[in-house]
Amino acid sequence: MTDPAQGVLQGSVTQQENQQEGRRRWRPQWTARMALIPAMAITIFCFYGFIIWTFVISLTRSRLLPVYKFTGFDQYARLFANERWWTAMGNLAIHGFLFIGGCIVFGYLLAILIDRGVKAEGLYRTVFMLPLSMSFIVTGVIWQWVMNPGLGLQEAVRALGWAGFEFNWIVRPDRSIYTLAIAGIWQQVGLCMALFLAGLRNIDPNIWKAARVDGIPVWRVYLHIITPMMRAVFFTVFILMSAIVMKAFDLVVALTGGGPGFSSDLPARFIVDHILNRQELGLGAAGAFVLLCTVIAVIAPYIYFELQKERSGRGH
Amino acid sequence: MMRYNRLALYGLLSVAAIMILLPVFIMVSTSLKSMDEIRNGSIFTLPVDPGFAAWGKAWFGDCAKTLGDTCGGLSSSFMTSVKIVIPALFLSVGLGAVTGYSLAAWKMKGANVMFAALLVGMFIPPQVTLYPLIIMIRELGIFGTIPGLILVHVIWGVAFTTMMFRNFFKTVPQDLLKAARIDGAGFWPLFWHVMLPLSLPILGVAMILQFTYIWNDFLLGLTFGGRAGQPMTVALNNLVGSQFGEKEYNVDMAATMLTALPTLAVYLLSGRLFVRGIAAGAVKG
Repeated sequence: MTDPAQGVLQGSVTQQENQQEGRRRWRPQWTARMALIPAMAITIFCFYGFIIWTFVISLTRSRLLPVYKFTGFDQYARLFANERWWTAMGNLAIHGFLFIGGCIVFGYLLAILIDRGVKAEGLYRTVFMLPLSMSFIVTGVIWQWVMNPGLGLQEAVRALGWAGFEFNWIVRPDRSIYTLAIAGIWQQVGLCMALFLAGLRNIDPNIWKAARVDGIPVWRVYLHIITPMMRAVFFTVFILMSAIVMKAFDLVVALTGGGPGFSSDLPARFIVDHILNRQELGLGAAGAFVLLCTVIAVIAPYIYFELQKERSGRGH
Repeated sequence: MMRYNRLALYGLLSVAAIMILLPVFIMVSTSLKSMDEIRNGSIFTLPVDPGFAAWGKAWFGDCAKTLGDTCGGLSSSFMTSVKIVIPALFLSVGLGAVTGYSLAAWKMKGANVMFAALLVGMFIPPQVTLYPLIIMIRELGIFGTIPGLILVHVIWGVAFTTMMFRNFFKTVPQDLLKAARIDGAGFWPLFWHVMLPLSLPILGVAMILQFTYIWNDFLLGLTFGGRAGQPMTVALNNLVGSQFGEKEYNVDMAATMLTALPTLAVYLLSGRLFVRGIAAGAVKG
């Protein structure tokens, strides 16, 4: 693979050629600029332009189609007076806490177990990351069946002899939001494990040697020495999982459909529903903009951190 | 003492593995059962008389149970998904490779600013730009068509693929690039003969992940697909959500299995490449 590269390297650099560089460089430089045009157009128009457009729509009274009659922040006032929106935002907080927390705790534990040096490590990793290759729709449909109160897990456990076993959360308005976290953690825990494992593998082996010499028990090394060293990995995992949670749409559609009622609704679903089905374009746009602000508040420190890392030359 | 520790270690890992695999087992086993067996048995049991009847129904549809011109099978939406994924895959990876190469190898003013702007684009929830994108695709006259969905996937994929290639090309030694340029290599020769051959592993990672993301997409397919461009995930959700008469869980599970199979196969065959890329691409969710 490196052969063509080496061929170029061996073509020796002489003074003469160095002087020609100036004359030759202008053309490829321009081609390079031209090559950026499609991606630049997408960035400027389809990302930032469309964000502004959505914001403009949120200031109008648009319903089925965009109507550019401005009403100030009326749609935001309607949004903040909308009970379903607050249900969805509250659910986002509950689901976010459980999903992110669960992924971090279980992902870290699995990574530590694998890091203890097991045979067939590859097999365990493959299994833990298997759900990641599936769509959230697939995950949602599978778990809807598993949690089916009539024929699913509840009945199966009762048939095993535990007659009083109850697991009907998916049809209970006060519990359905928790089922999202179960299915979500099942799907994403492998990703957290992989990120934590990569972090654990970067730890200087001398730390382990020193701890062994001092006779510190393994669990204390993890708790007091390794975990504080993994701060950056925890941060990254937290951000990545937050990004997934705030976009969560497919899973809730396939698993609970936001129900019963709107009891497991999430903001992403609220927005799509109002834009596509309810002919409340302005309200949906206002919701979308509020969601974007939430995302920015969480992500901005991360982007800043990443760019700082690059600037300080540590690269990737 | 040491031995008990090892035992506990393997025990815990195995319990976790079983918990991950159990829903997959339930999906496969349910899809091979008859409805009678599902009603009378438990989700944990193996099928007594395994058969592919439900798979046939999921694939070809059940004309007695659906209204309208189709029988509700997934076969047509499978073809739609294939027709969307393949062009969208090559276009988004190709555009990302060229953009990433241009940003990394040709020192230009503002390259880092543009990269940062693009990177932020990866975090934007698709709901925020959804409606303007609908207007754009409608104005182009490709709403509800496969080309429309391909374009939408390229737009949403380019930030991720660019990031993968740009970050990889940044690790190529500057001396190598300098030498190539002094040898008179222009933009495209340097790309085709030096950079692209170097980037084969990252090309593989980007292809695998883009395949997985596009195949698994639901929101874009739902919004832009219409009736003619309905990808498999949307068809699956419709099938599960809108059966007439009694729900056939075996057909649901067979349909789910069929939808999951392509990405599952890619994952199991590619193994390490998938693992390498998924971390970098995780932000796409």
